[in-house]
Amino acid sequence: MAVITIDKVSRWFGNVVAVNDISMRIGPGVTGLLGPNGAGKSTLIHMMSGFLGPSAGEVTLDGAPIWRNQQVYRQIGLVPERESMYDYLTGWEFVLANAELHGLTDPGAAARRALALVEMEYAQDRKAGTYSKGMKQRVKMASALVHDPDVLLLDEPFNGMDPRQRLQLMELLRRFGADGRTVLFSSHILEEVEQLARHIEVVVAGRHAASGDFRKIRRLMTDRPHRYLVRSSDDRKLAAALIADGSTAGIELDGQEKALRIQAVNFQGFTTLLPKVAQQAGIRLYTVSPADESLESVFSYLVST
Amino acid sequence: MNPTVARLTVRGLLGRRRGILLLVVPAVLLVISLLARGSGQDKHDLAASILGQLSLGTLVPILGLVVGTGVIATEIDDGSIVYLLSKPLPRWQIITTKLAVAIATTWAFAALPTLLAGLIVYGPGDGLAVGYAVGALVSGAVYSALFLLLGVATRHAVVAGLAYALVWESLVGNYVDGARTLSVQQWGLSVARSVASDGMINSDVALGTAVPLLIGVAVAATVAASVKLAGLTLVSEE
Repeated sequence: MAVITIDKVSRWFGNVVAVNDISMRIGPGVTGLLGPNGAGKSTLIHMMSGFLGPSAGEVTLDGAPIWRNQQVYRQIGLVPERESMYDYLTGWEFVLANAELHGLTDPGAAARRALALVEMEYAQDRKAGTYSKGMKQRVKMASALVHDPDVLLLDEPFNGMDPRQRLQLMELLRRFGADGRTVLFSSHILEEVEQLARHIEVVVAGRHAASGDFRKIRRLMTDRPHRYLVRSSDDRKLAAALIADGSTAGIELDGQEKALRIQAVNFQGFTTLLPKVAQQAGIRLYTVSPADESLESVFSYLVST
Repeated sequence: MNPTVARLTVRGLLGRRRGILLLVVPAVLLVISLLARGSGQDKHDLAASILGQLSLGTLVPILGLVVGTGVIATEIDDGSIVYLLSKPLPRWQIITTKLAVAIATTWAFAALPTLLAGLIVYGPGDGLAVGYAVGALVSGAVYSALFLLLGVATRHAVVAGLAYALVWESLVGNYVDGARTLSVQQWGLSVARSVASDGMINSDVALGTAVPLLIGVAVAATVAASVKLAGLTLVSEE
């Protein structure tokens, strides 16, 4: 049982606050760290992996501080986001070197096992510089797994992977989680996190926005008021017909845009209602576009609630 | 010493284009020595300008800079240092291993060619060639330690190192007498003087001052680099 505890942690760089008073506990199983780009995910992962000291608060692994404590690496495997590795080494040499650096008793066997785990034996004699992004990612995984760690930290591991590689990696991480290891990965893509992690931590603008079961948070995300921009053959008539229904909270006639700005209460209800109402009233719909579907707006909604 | 760190460092240092760059320094020195030998000028003056000024004054510091920063700054820059640091290795062990590689490389590519250049220009007499070579050994080692520290401490290690090597050692040292006491080149020459026969090599610093300074600076730089590496912060890309 390895547990990473982040206790009232803040981190600032000069005047910029990257992480603002976050507390969370990452236990066994797969946890997704979700947030838009620039939210502070990498800063958090850097602190969890001992490459950044918190400005305030404490980051610990089973009670031991992580910052300036090399002994934690016996338990932690780290897959950094940056691609650069020792490009002049072959995959085999690279993973073997990592095993040796860990001081393992049989580094050769450990390296073989790790490369088999990520299914990279077929390319292990090629120089890392010739690898594709997905291959590099897998060799980096192997180097992180070579000492059989209890904790696996991955910073944006799916970036640049093709769908097949993505599925493979997800399967691997799922297996580790099921084994009782503590797996944490960061992502800015909702669907990735949804497929892999049941437990998620959401970080927005340096703050801890949500924590818990994915489905609950997903519901929060979809149940928020949605805004749409609608153009039709008769905006005023459409507005009158829509406002009568409970799934619409407000409608504004935007004279400049020549469109309706509609605030819907619930996503499902409104999307089925709109075409029905339009059809009944004999109105043609020209444009129906969600005005705030970007991930950032989903996140900022979460923060404000 | 950690053999894996040493192996990775050697391959990173010599494996790429830098390996060829490193060969340029001894090549320049040897070519100039051969040309000088044919010029018929006073042997002793030639030795002082080629070995004292060119080799100890310019080539040794530049090589120390390329090697000292090359053993670590490149890895810090491209982020691959993560793979060394995410291991339960004492940080001083990483530093001393990399320092050993840097010193060995500096010796092979600067001190040894200095000896050869000395033999070409002056011959084996008066302990002159050996003296300059020993001077290159000690100053090369200290430069390696200093520039290794720079490589850990700043992202602009090469610029800072060049500023030190060129501005301080060459310029200020030539015009301000007191500055020479704090010049690695002069410390190296001081050791060289004590090895060669009397009156063969000049230095402004007494041996009793130079040796403690050489050792002190090397040890202090190594300790500082270890401490600095233990708290190395990786800048996040966000």
